[in-house]
Amino acid sequence: MSAGVTEGAREPALARFRANLLAAPRRFVETAFRSGAPATDRTRSTFVFGNVFLHLHPVRTHRWSLRWVTTFGLGIASVSAFLITLITGVMLMFYYKPYVGVAYDSIKDIHFVVPTGRFIRNIHRWAGNVMVVGVLLHMTRAFYTAAYRKPREFNWVIGMLLLVVTLGLAFTGYLLPWDQLAYWAITIGANIAQSPREVTDALGITQVFDPGGLQKLLLLGSDTVGAEALIRFFLLHVMILPLAIAALLGVHFWRVRKDGGLTRPADADARTATSERVVPVFTEAPQRTYHLAAIVRGKTPAVGRGPEGTVPSMPHLLYAELAVFMLTVFLCVTLALFLDAPLKELANPAVPENPAKAPWYFLGLQELVAFSAFMGGIGVPSIVILGLGLIPYLDRETEGTGEWFGGPGGARLVAWSAVFGLATVIGLEAFVISFGWLREWWPDVPQLLITAINPGTVLTAMYAAYSIAIVKRYDSIRAGALALFTCFLAGFLVLTIVGTHFRGPNWDFYWSPAHWPTH
Amino acid sequence: MTTKPAPSRLDPEPIPRRDFLGLSAILASGAALLFALLGLLRLPKAAVLPSVSKKFKVSLPESLAPGQAYVPPGRSVAVFRDDRGIHAISTVCTHLGCIVKTTAHGFECPCHGSKFAADGSVVRGPAPKPLPWLGVTVTANSITIDEETVVPAGTHKEIVT
Repeated sequence: MSAGVTEGAREPALARFRANLLAAPRRFVETAFRSGAPATDRTRSTFVFGNVFLHLHPVRTHRWSLRWVTTFGLGIASVSAFLITLITGVMLMFYYKPYVGVAYDSIKDIHFVVPTGRFIRNIHRWAGNVMVVGVLLHMTRAFYTAAYRKPREFNWVIGMLLLVVTLGLAFTGYLLPWDQLAYWAITIGANIAQSPREVTDALGITQVFDPGGLQKLLLLGSDTVGAEALIRFFLLHVMILPLAIAALLGVHFWRVRKDGGLTRPADADARTATSERVVPVFTEAPQRTYHLAAIVRGKTPAVGRGPEGTVPSMPHLLYAELAVFMLTVFLCVTLALFLDAPLKELANPAVPENPAKAPWYFLGLQELVAFSAFMGGIGVPSIVILGLGLIPYLDRETEGTGEWFGGPGGARLVAWSAVFGLATVIGLEAFVISFGWLREWWPDVPQLLITAINPGTVLTAMYAAYSIAIVKRYDSIRAGALALFTCFLAGFLVLTIVGTHFRGPNWDFYWSPAHWPTH
Repeated sequence: MTTKPAPSRLDPEPIPRRDFLGLSAILASGAALLFALLGLLRLPKAAVLPSVSKKFKVSLPESLAPGQAYVPPGRSVAVFRDDRGIHAISTVCTHLGCIVKTTAHGFECPCHGSKFAADGSVVRGPAPKPLPWLGVTVTANSITIDEETVVPAGTHKEIVT
């Protein structure tokens, strides 16, 4: 028995079919967005929490979080750069071939033959750089606003892991073209992985305990740098590390929400209250209440600025994020238009470049490994990562949370620490460059002594001692943390600049690249 | 108000059976997954290492002066000939594996600035060990160098004529 036939008032099926067909596009959009246009406060909320891609956002955002100076949008800029590398990276995989004989040629094809290949590769390269800078600055922001404090300790640690994976992605990325930079960077990287031998050799236990050799073997898949190594670094770059960073990013974002959004001072409500522009946020009589808003009937003083000084995430937060994303795209595209991603000569296993320099973000590390392979490549970086990771568990204070340079001492302490940090690292570098180090004075000095006492470890120890003195002086662990982090930044900056600008052939000191010998 | 006596080693609190079984299940699963992971990690540790032979023959040019280095094409070895005979020194830097340049006074590494004397010993820079001397076999009509054999510094092989 068919239902439609007997009802006299209904239109013929064919007419309904036509009407439905015409309405299909409109209904498709309606069903896709479920709640209709985000025109009212309630539909703005459902727009955010009803959408799988947006629901990591809160429905409402605190005005404090939206202030430009709270974050400078650095986290969103970093993840924007990551998305750009993801998309351009997949594009590059259409043509790139991870085999020793053809890898270099495939990059040349991408650069010279493939339509837009050069542009896409440039964007990929510069977005990777922007991501490294973004992550470092984001960490700096989180530190100086004390955003790592309870309950955000764990998310700070996740952030440290994200920094390490970001650097790993950058490193594995510039190995793939198989040019001179790539070949010698893999060689140096694999030997840094092997550098625990510097200690095990000195102790004479390499025969029985050789973690360095195992690490190198796992990285290279062989005892020399070749086809096996390239495919492993390719796998790391396009699969293992992106999966790791995606998982860590998921946790990072989730914890931002679960830990209560961005850090803000206790009096953020009062300081962000706006009197001049009171817009009623609930512009229609709600059909039902939802737990966020018992105030929807408009009887409480909170109406006008929303609960707890918040505004709807759609449009305020989402538009801000879109703006940062577009700025990041603009930055990467502009760089890509004017600067070509470097490509050196084809890898030549017989002759390293002179000087053989890593990309700029590793030149601080290269300066450190030029003192001791193990300490510079593994020891000091591990101490730094561990020290930074421990900060939220050591600093349990509350003063200055959410404020730039918040905490005892404040901006003044940071400025003095910057002076100390810069003076120490510049003084130490000047000393080493002028007078050399232990081996130049006593050629027979045991290697273990150099591993233990070299400019890298001395610098680390001086920074640690200074920070402990500050803890005592200000009777505050936060003050010590401010000192330590500022010193770390100063050291990173100066070592990077020295490695980039002042080191020439044979890693000798030159005032300027113009002074390098021609041969 | 009664207080519970502190549990002692002689009179421990009984573990409820449910807790015990649950805990056992978690630990057993954890152990199984850990061993599975370790087993997986055996795969990337290659058992056969693909690399070219480390033993090769060289013929030294007649004009090679004492103290002057001869680097066979495609190899990272410097071969020397003087009154005491023939010796070969590896040109792979003991610091981080760059190939050192031969100079009039010894060897220089371009990557991190290590410098070595003519006998391979470290003069300055971060290299932890001297450049190794490699095994040389000299017969009437050939010179063979084995990059895998390290001989004590100062070992010269007499030239057979």
